[in-house]
Amino acid sequence: MFTLLKVQYSNMLEYRVEIALWAISGIIPFFMLNIWTHNNLNESINISDIMLSRYFLCAFFVRQFSVVWVVFSFEEDSLMGKVSPYLIQPLNPFFRYFAQHLAEQITRFPFALLIAFFFFIFNQESIWIPSLGTLLLSTISTFLSFLIQFLIQSIIACLCFWTEKASSIERLLFIPTLFLSGLLAPVVSFPEYVKSWIYFTPFPYLIDFPANLLSGNAINISGGFSMQILWVLLLFPLFRKIWSAGTKKYTAMGS
Amino acid sequence: MKTKKYLKVYGKFLHTSLASELEYKTNILIDLFTAILSLIGSIFLLSIFFQNNGRIGGWEFEQALIIQGIYTILNGITNTWFNPNLTEIVKHIREGTLDFVLLKPIDSQFFISLKKLTPSGFLEIILGVFLLLYCIKINQINFNLSFLILSLTTIICSICILYSLWFFISSTTIWFVKTWNATEVLRSFLYIGRFPLNSFSFSLRIFFSIFIPIVFITTIPSEVFLGLSQLWKILLEVIVAMVFLFTSRKFWLFALRFYSSASS
Repeated sequence: MFTLLKVQYSNMLEYRVEIALWAISGIIPFFMLNIWTHNNLNESINISDIMLSRYFLCAFFVRQFSVVWVVFSFEEDSLMGKVSPYLIQPLNPFFRYFAQHLAEQITRFPFALLIAFFFFIFNQESIWIPSLGTLLLSTISTFLSFLIQFLIQSIIACLCFWTEKASSIERLLFIPTLFLSGLLAPVVSFPEYVKSWIYFTPFPYLIDFPANLLSGNAINISGGFSMQILWVLLLFPLFRKIWSAGTKKYTAMGS
Repeated sequence: MKTKKYLKVYGKFLHTSLASELEYKTNILIDLFTAILSLIGSIFLLSIFFQNNGRIGGWEFEQALIIQGIYTILNGITNTWFNPNLTEIVKHIREGTLDFVLLKPIDSQFFISLKKLTPSGFLEIILGVFLLLYCIKINQINFNLSFLILSLTTIICSICILYSLWFFISSTTIWFVKTWNATEVLRSFLYIGRFPLNSFSFSLRIFFSIFIPIVFITTIPSEVFLGLSQLWKILLEVIVAMVFLFTSRKFWLFALRFYSSASS
């Protein structure tokens, strides 16, 4: 596992520009912040400007370190017939993708820091340093959020064994993730009829929960963590099942 | 004579790409769901912004819906034509197949910008048109010929600007080879086109008028829809669109001079 990570890391370093561009393309939360504060929308939900700007900065960070694209890699590999050699190896190919994602996150880290630095130049009043405990907890919850998304996408990716283009299912699922996860607007601001059920879905735990944790907004810490772990525990056996069903179904190219 | 030839070639392009896309029928169904969900999602987001405020940046909710409609149409056009073709440029250059395109007795820009087509984007265009029709009803816009001409002109202009932006970014691949993420950056900036520009702070407004002309892409056409736009703005839009188209053409020819083919 560690060797895989090292190989993928050096691989990712080759594509620094590309990763920097990915990091830039994640700046939508900052535009949203601009709408919120410029129109004083936050007064109605009782969050101060500073807290809101911290929230969106944290949302940006959480998003940066929980982006998953395993469906797209796997779909390409399976269409190209590259999956067959991976299957022979005594290692689940998803470990390979997992290492790839982790390595990419490490490469991404300096760019994200740079963007945060620029953010603080423009918003000096929102500078804060989270305590070590919060930092640790939010790192764990970001990782759990990444894990949930990775599992969901891996399950979708396994559908590649049945249909050739699983990525369109992923695009479908991305829409609720985008609007309900708290990337564009904090979940607190959602109308009541959405808030009543949203906490039972995995979405608010993907970005809203870790971002609130990191930015120091009030949040139910133990509840959030248990829901995240619950989702991981629910999704993992599902992935195992669909994976073994899929590999049985899989017929290599030419057969 | 020449236009006839190009039209005929385009007919062939349409035929081949439709045939290959229709192979994946369930995909199109899923894409339909995606388009509907994403429209619902953005209206939901808009309603969050408006839930305690009557106006944002001087726009009412019903008026802001127009922007949403125009954005949806443009996004549909992007997904149908620009996105599949212009990401292909990157592939052409990386794999060296651009040589084959250049050798064909047809304009290379025409070939690479129109070769492919993703029909699922049509659904978004249709959804956007319906939303616009609905907006015309709720905003009580009276529908007449001059309104139709003006709004069509501005929308066509914004399509031209959008195309040029995409094309610019994709042509830079000739120098940087791996820039297919640059289009992703463009996409995230264009995302801002869903909201009235006046709801942003002054500095961002300047940025989105000059560097990435979102003003011309969604805001001015929406103002035209509401009958708010002055004539100079419309004229400016037409001029900007022409400048963009012209430079994109020049830029492509310029970039091609730096293209060294696969084995040289």
